[in-house]
Amino acid sequence: MSEATVADTRRLNSKPQDLTDAYGPPSNFLEIDVYDPQTIGVGRNRFTTYEVRMKTNLPIFKLKESCVRRRYSDFEWLKNELERDSKIVVPPLPGKALKRQLPFRGDEGIFEESFIEERRAGLEQFINRIAGHPLAQNERCLHMFLQDESIDRNYIPGKV
Amino acid sequence: MSFFSFGQTAEIDIVLNDAETRKKVEHKTEDGKRDKYFLFYDGETVSGKVNVTLKNPGKRLEHQGIKIEFIGQIELYFDRGNHHEFVSLVKDLARPGEMAQSQTFDFEFTHVEKPYESYTGQNVKLRYFLRATISRRLNDICKEMDIVVHTLSTYPELNSSIKMEVGIEDCLHIEFEYNKSKYHLKDVIVGKIYFLLVRIKIKHMEIDIIKRETTGTGPNVYHENDTIAKYEIMDGAPVRGESIPIRLFLAGYEMTPTMRDINKKFSVRYYLNLVLIDEEERRYFKQQEITLWRKGDIVRKSMSHQAAIASQRFEGSASSEKALSQAKEEDD
Repeated sequence: MSEATVADTRRLNSKPQDLTDAYGPPSNFLEIDVYDPQTIGVGRNRFTTYEVRMKTNLPIFKLKESCVRRRYSDFEWLKNELERDSKIVVPPLPGKALKRQLPFRGDEGIFEESFIEERRAGLEQFINRIAGHPLAQNERCLHMFLQDESIDRNYIPGKV
Repeated sequence: MSFFSFGQTAEIDIVLNDAETRKKVEHKTEDGKRDKYFLFYDGETVSGKVNVTLKNPGKRLEHQGIKIEFIGQIELYFDRGNHHEFVSLVKDLARPGEMAQSQTFDFEFTHVEKPYESYTGQNVKLRYFLRATISRRLNDICKEMDIVVHTLSTYPELNSSIKMEVGIEDCLHIEFEYNKSKYHLKDVIVGKIYFLLVRIKIKHMEIDIIKRETTGTGPNVYHENDTIAKYEIMDGAPVRGESIPIRLFLAGYEMTPTMRDINKKFSVRYYLNLVLIDEEERRYFKQQEITLWRKGDIVRKSMSHQAAIASQRFEGSASSEKALSQAKEEDD
Protein backbone atom coordinates (compact mmCIF):
# COMPACT_ATOMS: atom_id res chain seq x y z
CA MET A 1 0.00 0.00 0.00
CA SER A 2 1.83 3.11 -1.18
CA GLU A 3 0.70 6.69 -0.80
CA ALA A 4 -0.64 8.75 -3.73
CA THR A 5 1.96 10.28 -6.00
CA VAL A 6 -0.28 13.20 -6.89
CA ALA A 7 0.13 15.90 -4.26
CA ASP A 8 -2.94 17.46 -2.71
CA THR A 9 -2.91 21.04 -3.90
CA ARG A 10 -6.41 21.98 -2.83
CA ARG A 11 -6.74 25.41 -1.24
CA LEU A 12 -6.86 25.66 2.51
CA ASN A 13 -10.23 26.50 3.97
CA SER A 14 -10.79 30.18 4.56
CA LYS A 15 -13.47 32.29 6.14
CA PRO A 16 -15.83 33.91 3.63
CA GLN A 17 -15.31 37.65 3.39
CA ASP A 18 -17.88 40.05 4.77
CA LEU A 19 -19.42 41.95 1.85
CA THR A 20 -19.18 45.31 3.61
CA ASP A 21 -15.46 44.69 3.95
CA ALA A 22 -15.16 43.60 0.35
CA TYR A 23 -17.06 46.52 -1.18
CA GLY A 24 -16.81 49.20 1.46
CA PRO A 25 -14.21 51.96 1.57
CA PRO A 26 -10.74 50.59 2.32
CA SER A 27 -9.23 51.23 5.76
CA ASN A 28 -6.06 52.69 4.27
CA PHE A 29 -7.45 55.87 2.77
CA LEU A 30 -4.84 58.63 2.97
CA GLU A 31 -4.48 61.43 0.47
CA ILE A 32 -2.40 64.53 0.88
CA ASP A 33 -2.33 67.31 -1.68
CA VAL A 34 0.22 70.10 -1.75
CA TYR A 35 -1.06 72.90 -3.93
CA ASP A 36 -2.02 76.57 -4.31
CA PRO A 37 1.42 78.16 -3.87
CA GLN A 38 1.13 81.75 -2.71
CA THR A 39 4.01 84.14 -2.50
CA ILE A 40 3.61 86.41 0.48
CA GLY A 41 5.44 89.64 1.33
CA VAL A 42 7.52 92.04 -0.75
CA GLY A 43 11.05 92.40 -1.97
CA ARG A 44 13.65 90.52 0.00
CA ASN A 45 11.17 89.34 2.63
CA ARG A 46 9.09 87.29 0.25
CA PHE A 47 8.39 83.62 0.78
CA THR A 48 6.10 81.04 -0.71
CA THR A 49 3.52 79.01 1.20
CA TYR A 50 1.68 75.95 0.02
CA GLU A 51 -1.63 74.52 1.10
CA VAL A 52 -1.34 71.03 2.57
CA ARG A 53 -4.70 69.34 2.50
CA MET A 54 -5.17 65.91 4.01
CA LYS A 55 -8.05 63.47 3.73
CA THR A 56 -7.90 60.19 5.62
CA ASN A 57 -9.83 57.52 7.47
CA LEU A 58 -6.86 56.23 9.47
CA PRO A 59 -7.81 56.29 13.14
CA ILE A 60 -4.37 57.52 14.20
CA PHE A 61 -5.10 60.97 12.78
CA LYS A 62 -7.41 63.02 14.99
CA LEU A 63 -8.95 64.93 12.12
CA LYS A 64 -10.31 63.10 9.10
CA GLU A 65 -9.84 66.24 7.04
CA SER A 66 -7.38 69.02 7.57
CA CYS A 67 -6.04 71.98 5.66
CA VAL A 68 -2.98 74.02 6.66
CA ARG A 69 -0.48 76.35 5.02
CA ARG A 70 3.18 75.47 5.16
CA ARG A 71 6.41 76.84 3.72
CA TYR A 72 9.57 75.05 2.65
CA SER A 73 11.35 75.60 5.97
CA ASP A 74 8.43 73.91 7.74
CA PHE A 75 9.05 70.82 5.64
CA GLU A 76 12.72 71.03 6.53
CA TRP A 77 11.79 71.24 10.20
CA LEU A 78 9.65 68.11 9.87
CA LYS A 79 12.43 66.23 8.12
CA ASN A 80 14.93 67.14 10.85
CA GLU A 81 12.55 66.18 13.65
CA LEU A 82 11.92 62.77 12.07
CA GLU A 83 15.58 62.14 11.40
CA ARG A 84 16.40 62.88 15.01
CA ASP A 85 13.58 61.11 16.79
CA SER A 86 12.52 58.21 14.67
CA LYS A 87 14.45 55.26 13.30
CA ILE A 88 13.15 55.66 9.79
CA VAL A 89 15.07 56.61 6.69
CA VAL A 90 13.48 59.94 5.76
CA PRO A 91 12.98 60.49 2.03
CA PRO A 92 14.71 63.49 0.44
CA LEU A 93 13.17 66.91 0.10
CA PRO A 94 13.34 68.84 -3.14
CA GLY A 95 16.49 70.99 -3.20
CA LYS A 96 17.13 74.16 -1.22
CA ALA A 97 18.01 75.98 -4.47
CA LEU A 98 20.55 78.30 -2.86
CA LYS A 99 21.84 79.36 -6.28
CA ARG A 100 18.42 80.67 -7.11
CA GLN A 101 18.58 82.95 -4.08
CA LEU A 102 21.70 84.78 -5.33
CA PRO A 103 21.21 88.24 -6.83
CA PHE A 104 21.66 89.27 -10.46
CA ARG A 105 19.72 86.37 -11.91
CA GLY A 106 17.90 86.76 -15.19
CA ASP A 107 14.75 85.19 -13.76
CA GLU A 108 12.61 85.37 -10.64
CA GLY A 109 14.91 82.96 -8.75
CA ILE A 110 12.95 80.99 -6.20
CA PHE A 111 9.77 82.69 -7.20
CA GLU A 112 10.01 81.48 -10.77
CA GLU A 113 6.79 79.66 -11.69
CA SER A 114 8.42 76.56 -13.05
CA PHE A 115 10.64 76.23 -9.99
CA ILE A 116 7.69 76.60 -7.62
CA GLU A 117 5.82 73.91 -9.51
CA GLU A 118 8.81 71.58 -9.36
CA ARG A 119 9.15 72.22 -5.64
CA ARG A 120 5.44 71.74 -5.04
CA ALA A 121 5.52 68.33 -6.71
CA GLY A 122 8.57 67.31 -4.69
CA LEU A 123 6.98 68.41 -1.42
CA GLU A 124 3.80 66.50 -2.24
CA GLN A 125 5.78 63.35 -2.91
CA PHE A 126 7.74 63.85 0.29
CA ILE A 127 4.75 64.32 2.57
CA ASN A 128 2.79 61.43 1.09
CA ARG A 129 5.73 59.09 1.50
CA ILE A 130 6.27 60.14 5.08
CA ALA A 131 2.64 60.20 6.20
CA GLY A 132 2.10 56.61 5.02
CA HIS A 133 5.00 55.27 7.08
CA PRO A 134 3.70 53.32 10.10
CA LEU A 135 6.54 54.55 12.32
CA ALA A 136 6.31 58.19 11.24
CA GLN A 137 2.59 58.10 12.08
CA ASN A 138 3.54 57.71 15.75
CA GLU A 139 5.51 60.96 15.84
CA ARG A 140 3.97 64.06 17.39
CA CYS A 141 5.76 66.32 14.89
CA LEU A 142 4.01 64.75 11.89
CA HIS A 143 0.57 65.28 13.39
CA MET A 144 1.41 68.86 14.29
CA PHE A 145 2.71 69.51 10.76
CA LEU A 146 -0.39 68.11 9.08
CA GLN A 147 -3.21 69.06 11.38
CA ASP A 148 -2.29 71.96 13.69
CA GLU A 149 -2.89 75.50 12.47
CA SER A 150 0.72 76.46 13.05
CA ILE A 151 3.88 74.70 14.03
CA ASP A 152 5.04 75.31 17.56
CA ARG A 153 8.79 74.94 17.34
CA ASN A 154 9.00 74.81 21.11
CA TYR A 155 6.86 71.74 21.32
CA ILE A 156 7.83 68.69 23.31
CA PRO A 157 8.86 65.96 20.87
CA GLY A 158 7.37 62.53 21.45
CA LYS A 159 5.06 59.80 20.28
CA VAL A 160 1.29 60.02 19.96
CA MET B 1 55.56 13.21 -13.06
CA SER B 2 58.91 11.94 -14.36
CA PHE B 3 60.99 14.42 -16.28
CA PHE B 4 63.39 11.82 -17.50
CA SER B 5 62.65 9.16 -20.07
CA PHE B 6 64.01 6.40 -17.82
CA GLY B 7 61.93 5.18 -14.87
CA GLN B 8 58.38 3.97 -15.07
CA THR B 9 55.08 5.63 -14.50
CA ALA B 10 51.51 4.37 -14.52
CA GLU B 11 47.95 5.45 -15.08
CA ILE B 12 45.25 4.53 -12.58
CA ASP B 13 41.65 3.96 -13.52
CA ILE B 14 38.87 3.19 -11.02
CA VAL B 15 35.83 1.33 -12.38
CA LEU B 16 32.78 0.38 -10.31
CA ASN B 17 31.37 -3.11 -10.67
CA ASP B 18 27.83 -1.80 -11.15
CA ALA B 19 28.79 1.08 -13.47
CA GLU B 20 26.27 -0.12 -16.07
CA THR B 21 23.29 -0.26 -13.75
CA ARG B 22 23.94 2.38 -11.10
CA LYS B 23 22.12 5.67 -11.49
CA LYS B 24 24.07 8.88 -12.07
CA VAL B 25 22.95 12.28 -10.85
CA GLU B 26 23.97 15.83 -11.61
CA HIS B 27 25.86 17.64 -8.89
CA LYS B 28 27.21 21.16 -8.85
CA THR B 29 30.99 21.55 -8.73
CA GLU B 30 32.74 24.34 -6.88
CA ASP B 31 33.04 26.50 -10.00
CA GLY B 32 29.34 26.20 -10.73
CA LYS B 33 29.48 23.56 -13.44
CA ARG B 34 27.19 20.55 -13.26
CA ASP B 35 28.71 17.12 -13.70
CA LYS B 36 27.26 13.63 -13.41
CA TYR B 37 28.35 11.25 -10.69
CA PHE B 38 27.35 7.78 -9.50
CA LEU B 39 24.67 7.93 -6.82
CA PHE B 40 25.00 5.99 -3.57
CA TYR B 41 22.92 5.68 -0.45
CA ASP B 42 23.89 5.02 3.14
CA GLY B 43 24.83 1.40 3.76
CA GLU B 44 25.42 0.48 0.13
CA THR B 45 28.54 -1.42 -0.77
CA VAL B 46 31.11 0.32 -2.95
CA SER B 47 33.01 -2.23 -5.02
CA GLY B 48 34.97 -2.22 -8.21
CA LYS B 49 38.33 -2.58 -9.85
CA VAL B 50 41.48 -0.50 -9.91
CA ASN B 51 43.27 -0.76 -13.27
CA VAL B 52 46.95 0.13 -13.13
CA THR B 53 48.37 0.59 -16.63
CA LEU B 54 52.13 0.91 -17.04
CA LYS B 55 53.05 3.71 -19.41
CA ASN B 56 56.42 2.46 -20.65
CA PRO B 57 56.18 -1.19 -21.65
CA GLY B 58 58.98 -3.44 -20.61
CA LYS B 59 60.07 -1.33 -17.61
CA ARG B 60 59.16 -2.32 -14.07
CA LEU B 61 57.29 -0.06 -11.66
CA GLU B 62 58.81 0.07 -8.20
CA HIS B 63 56.38 1.09 -5.47
CA GLN B 64 55.92 1.24 -1.71
CA GLY B 65 52.43 -0.23 -1.80
CA ILE B 66 49.12 0.25 -3.62
CA LYS B 67 45.95 1.05 -1.72
CA ILE B 68 42.46 2.35 -2.23
CA GLU B 69 40.59 4.57 0.22
CA PHE B 70 36.95 5.53 0.60
CA ILE B 71 36.75 8.99 2.12
CA GLY B 72 33.95 11.23 3.27
CA GLN B 73 35.18 14.69 4.11
CA ILE B 74 34.11 18.23 4.87
CA GLU B 75 36.15 21.08 3.47
CA LEU B 76 35.62 24.64 4.71
CA TYR B 77 36.73 27.10 2.06
CA PHE B 78 38.22 29.54 4.57
CA ASP B 79 40.29 26.73 6.07
CA ARG B 80 41.34 24.79 2.99
CA GLY B 81 44.29 23.04 4.57
CA ASN B 82 42.18 21.13 7.05
CA HIS B 83 39.95 18.42 5.66
CA HIS B 84 37.65 16.97 8.26
CA GLU B 85 37.28 13.29 7.43
CA PHE B 86 34.24 11.68 8.94
CA VAL B 87 34.53 8.44 6.97
CA SER B 88 37.93 6.98 6.19
CA LEU B 89 38.31 3.40 5.04
CA VAL B 90 41.33 1.85 3.39
CA LYS B 91 42.02 -1.40 1.57
CA ASP B 92 45.53 -2.46 0.69
CA LEU B 93 45.74 -3.74 -2.86
CA ALA B 94 49.42 -4.60 -3.14
CA ARG B 95 52.35 -4.79 -0.76
CA PRO B 96 55.55 -2.85 -1.58
CA GLY B 97 57.28 -4.40 -4.55
CA GLU B 98 57.60 -4.25 -8.27
CA MET B 99 55.03 -4.40 -11.03
CA ALA B 100 56.26 -5.99 -14.24
CA GLN B 101 53.08 -5.47 -16.20
CA SER B 102 49.73 -3.69 -16.04
CA GLN B 103 47.42 -5.14 -13.42
CA THR B 104 43.87 -4.98 -12.16
CA PHE B 105 42.96 -5.09 -8.45
CA ASP B 106 39.52 -5.83 -7.03
CA PHE B 107 38.21 -3.90 -4.05
CA GLU B 108 35.08 -3.88 -1.94
CA PHE B 109 33.99 -1.53 0.82
CA THR B 110 31.09 -3.47 2.30
CA HIS B 111 27.98 -1.69 3.56
CA VAL B 112 29.74 1.65 3.93
CA GLU B 113 28.23 4.16 6.27
CA LYS B 114 27.49 7.40 4.44
CA PRO B 115 25.78 9.47 7.11
CA TYR B 116 25.54 12.83 5.31
CA GLU B 117 24.44 14.06 1.92
CA SER B 118 26.99 15.37 -0.59
CA TYR B 119 26.91 19.14 -0.64
CA THR B 120 28.74 21.81 -2.59
CA GLY B 121 27.98 25.21 -1.16
CA GLN B 122 29.22 28.77 -1.04
CA ASN B 123 31.67 28.27 1.79
CA VAL B 124 31.78 24.57 2.45
CA LYS B 125 31.89 21.31 0.55
CA LEU B 126 31.07 17.81 1.73
CA ARG B 127 32.16 15.08 -0.63
CA TYR B 128 32.72 11.36 -0.84
CA PHE B 129 35.36 9.87 -3.09
CA LEU B 130 37.50 6.85 -3.81
CA ARG B 131 41.21 7.47 -3.96
CA ALA B 132 43.65 4.90 -5.34
CA THR B 133 47.30 5.55 -4.51
CA ILE B 134 50.55 3.98 -5.69
CA SER B 135 53.06 5.02 -3.04
CA ARG B 136 56.55 5.74 -4.29
CA ARG B 137 59.73 7.13 -2.77
CA LEU B 138 59.65 10.48 -4.49
CA ASN B 139 56.10 11.02 -5.68
CA ASP B 140 52.88 9.07 -5.35
CA ILE B 141 50.58 8.33 -8.25
CA CYS B 142 47.00 9.12 -7.32
CA LYS B 143 43.54 8.90 -8.83
CA GLU B 144 40.33 10.14 -7.29
CA MET B 145 36.77 9.34 -8.21
CA ASP B 146 33.97 11.37 -6.67
CA ILE B 147 30.60 9.88 -5.92
CA VAL B 148 27.43 11.59 -4.77
CA VAL B 149 25.45 10.48 -1.72
CA HIS B 150 21.81 11.30 -1.12
CA THR B 151 20.18 10.92 2.29
CA LEU B 152 16.59 9.72 2.15
CA SER B 153 13.79 10.16 4.63
CA THR B 154 10.25 8.91 4.87
CA TYR B 155 7.12 10.89 5.51
CA PRO B 156 7.52 12.39 8.99
CA GLU B 157 5.09 11.14 11.62
CA LEU B 158 4.49 14.60 12.93
CA ASN B 159 4.04 17.32 10.33
CA SER B 160 2.05 20.13 11.82
CA SER B 161 0.99 23.14 9.80
CA ILE B 162 2.46 26.55 10.45
CA LYS B 163 -0.19 29.09 11.43
CA MET B 164 0.55 32.49 12.88
CA GLU B 165 -0.88 35.95 13.33
CA VAL B 166 1.62 38.75 12.79
CA GLY B 167 1.58 42.43 12.09
CA ILE B 168 2.24 45.99 13.08
CA GLU B 169 -0.02 47.40 15.77
CA ASP B 170 -2.99 49.25 14.26
CA CYS B 171 -1.44 49.15 10.78
CA LEU B 172 -1.34 45.66 9.35
CA HIS B 173 -2.52 42.37 10.80
CA ILE B 174 -2.31 39.16 8.83
CA GLU B 175 -2.70 35.50 9.59
CA PHE B 176 -0.55 33.23 7.47
CA GLU B 177 -0.79 29.48 7.21
CA TYR B 178 1.37 26.91 5.46
CA ASN B 179 -0.07 23.39 5.29
CA LYS B 180 3.08 21.66 6.59
CA SER B 181 6.32 22.44 8.38
CA LYS B 182 8.26 19.65 6.66
CA TYR B 183 8.28 19.44 2.87
CA HIS B 184 10.01 16.99 0.57
CA LEU B 185 11.96 18.34 -2.40
CA LYS B 186 9.16 17.71 -4.90
CA ASP B 187 6.39 18.81 -2.62
CA VAL B 188 3.95 21.69 -2.94
CA ILE B 189 3.58 24.44 -0.38
CA VAL B 190 -0.12 25.07 0.02
CA GLY B 191 -1.09 27.96 2.21
CA LYS B 192 -3.02 31.16 2.59
CA ILE B 193 -2.68 34.69 3.81
CA TYR B 194 -5.71 36.15 5.57
CA PHE B 195 -5.89 39.91 6.04
CA LEU B 196 -7.32 41.02 9.38
CA LEU B 197 -6.41 44.71 9.18
CA VAL B 198 -5.02 46.71 6.29
CA ARG B 199 -4.24 50.36 7.00
CA ILE B 200 -1.30 50.60 4.63
CA LYS B 201 -1.39 50.71 0.83
CA ILE B 202 -0.08 47.37 -0.31
CA LYS B 203 1.12 47.10 -3.90
CA HIS B 204 1.93 43.40 -4.05
CA MET B 205 2.95 40.38 -2.01
CA GLU B 206 5.47 37.68 -2.71
CA ILE B 207 6.89 34.61 -1.06
CA ASP B 208 10.62 33.95 -1.21
CA ILE B 209 12.57 30.82 -0.43
CA ILE B 210 15.83 31.66 1.31
CA LYS B 211 18.68 29.22 1.78
CA ARG B 212 21.01 29.97 4.66
CA GLU B 213 24.36 28.23 4.82
CA THR B 214 26.03 28.54 8.20
CA THR B 215 29.70 27.70 8.66
CA GLY B 216 32.04 28.09 11.60
CA THR B 217 31.41 27.92 15.31
CA GLY B 218 31.34 30.24 18.30
CA PRO B 219 32.39 33.81 17.49
CA ASN B 220 33.31 32.87 13.92
CA VAL B 221 29.87 31.89 12.73
CA TYR B 222 29.17 33.01 9.17
CA HIS B 223 25.78 32.98 7.49
CA GLU B 224 25.46 33.05 3.73
CA ASN B 225 21.93 33.85 2.55
CA ASP B 226 20.76 33.07 -0.92
CA THR B 227 17.29 33.79 -2.29
CA ILE B 228 16.45 30.65 -4.25
CA ALA B 229 13.00 31.69 -5.36
CA LYS B 230 10.75 34.71 -5.54
CA TYR B 231 7.14 34.00 -6.28
CA GLU B 232 4.51 36.72 -6.49
CA ILE B 233 1.28 35.59 -4.88
CA MET B 234 -0.72 38.80 -4.99
CA ASP B 235 -0.77 41.87 -7.22
CA GLY B 236 -2.87 44.75 -5.93
CA ALA B 237 -4.30 46.04 -2.67
CA PRO B 238 -6.16 43.66 -0.39
CA VAL B 239 -8.81 44.65 2.14
CA ARG B 240 -9.90 43.14 5.44
CA GLY B 241 -11.29 39.64 5.19
CA GLU B 242 -9.45 38.80 1.98
CA SER B 243 -7.78 35.38 1.69
CA ILE B 244 -4.91 34.97 -0.74
CA PRO B 245 -4.01 31.37 -1.64
CA ILE B 246 -0.45 30.09 -1.95
CA ARG B 247 0.56 27.19 -4.14
CA LEU B 248 4.29 26.91 -4.61
CA PHE B 249 5.76 23.87 -6.38
CA LEU B 250 9.20 23.08 -5.01
CA ALA B 251 10.36 20.72 -7.76
CA GLY B 252 11.25 23.66 -9.97
CA TYR B 253 13.93 24.96 -7.63
CA GLU B 254 17.39 23.69 -6.94
CA MET B 255 17.36 22.78 -3.28
CA THR B 256 18.93 20.29 -0.89
CA PRO B 257 17.46 18.68 2.21
CA THR B 258 17.77 20.68 5.43
CA MET B 259 21.14 19.91 7.02
CA ARG B 260 21.50 20.66 10.70
CA ASP B 261 24.92 20.94 12.28
CA ILE B 262 26.59 18.40 10.01
CA ASN B 263 29.47 16.88 11.89
CA LYS B 264 29.38 20.11 13.96
CA LYS B 265 30.79 21.95 10.94
CA PHE B 266 27.96 23.49 8.95
CA SER B 267 24.22 23.80 8.48
CA VAL B 268 21.99 24.42 5.51
CA ARG B 269 18.52 25.67 6.40
CA TYR B 270 15.60 26.94 4.41
CA TYR B 271 13.17 29.72 5.19
CA LEU B 272 9.96 30.94 3.68
CA ASN B 273 9.93 34.72 3.59
CA LEU B 274 6.57 36.35 3.16
CA VAL B 275 7.10 39.88 1.83
CA LEU B 276 4.52 42.63 1.45
CA ILE B 277 5.51 45.73 -0.48
CA ASP B 278 3.59 48.99 -0.18
CA GLU B 279 3.18 51.82 -2.64
CA GLU B 280 6.28 53.56 -1.34
CA GLU B 281 8.42 50.43 -1.81
CA ARG B 282 8.53 49.77 1.94
CA ARG B 283 8.86 46.05 2.68
CA TYR B 284 7.13 44.20 5.49
CA PHE B 285 8.23 40.64 5.96
CA LYS B 286 7.93 37.53 8.09
CA GLN B 287 10.42 34.69 7.88
CA GLN B 288 9.58 31.15 8.84
CA GLU B 289 11.84 28.12 8.77
CA ILE B 290 10.73 24.98 6.94
CA THR B 291 12.38 21.58 6.95
CA LEU B 292 13.16 20.04 3.58
CA TRP B 293 13.73 16.32 3.17
CA ARG B 294 14.49 13.99 0.30
CA LYS B 295 11.95 11.36 -0.60
CA GLY B 296 13.04 8.09 -2.20
CA ASP B 297 11.54 7.22 -5.59
CA ILE B 298 8.38 5.13 -5.16
CA VAL B 299 6.58 2.81 -7.51
CA ARG B 300 3.93 4.68 -9.47
CA LYS B 301 0.35 3.72 -8.77
CA SER B 302 -1.91 2.70 -11.60
CA MET B 303 -3.19 5.54 -13.76
CA SER B 304 -6.82 4.80 -12.94
CA HIS B 305 -6.28 5.41 -9.24
CA GLN B 306 -4.50 8.69 -9.97
CA ALA B 307 -7.26 9.83 -12.30
CA ALA B 308 -9.85 8.98 -9.67
CA ILE B 309 -8.07 11.06 -7.05
CA ALA B 310 -7.92 14.00 -9.48
CA SER B 311 -11.61 13.81 -10.31
CA GLN B 312 -12.58 13.68 -6.64
CA ARG B 313 -10.66 16.85 -6.07
CA PHE B 314 -12.53 18.79 -8.72
CA GLU B 315 -16.00 17.38 -8.27
CA GLY B 316 -16.05 16.17 -4.68
CA SER B 317 -19.18 14.22 -5.60
CA ALA B 318 -20.49 10.78 -4.78
CA SER B 319 -19.79 9.53 -8.33
CA SER B 320 -16.10 10.30 -8.12
CA GLU B 321 -15.93 8.76 -4.64
CA LYS B 322 -17.31 5.60 -6.20
CA ALA B 323 -14.70 5.79 -8.99
CA LEU B 324 -12.00 6.17 -6.35
CA SER B 325 -13.00 3.09 -4.38
CA GLN B 326 -13.45 1.14 -7.61
CA ALA B 327 -9.96 2.05 -8.82
CA LYS B 328 -8.55 1.16 -5.43
CA GLU B 329 -10.17 -2.25 -5.61
CA GLU B 330 -8.68 -2.80 -9.06
CA ASP B 331 -5.30 -1.91 -7.68
CA ASP B 332 -5.41 -4.19 -4.63
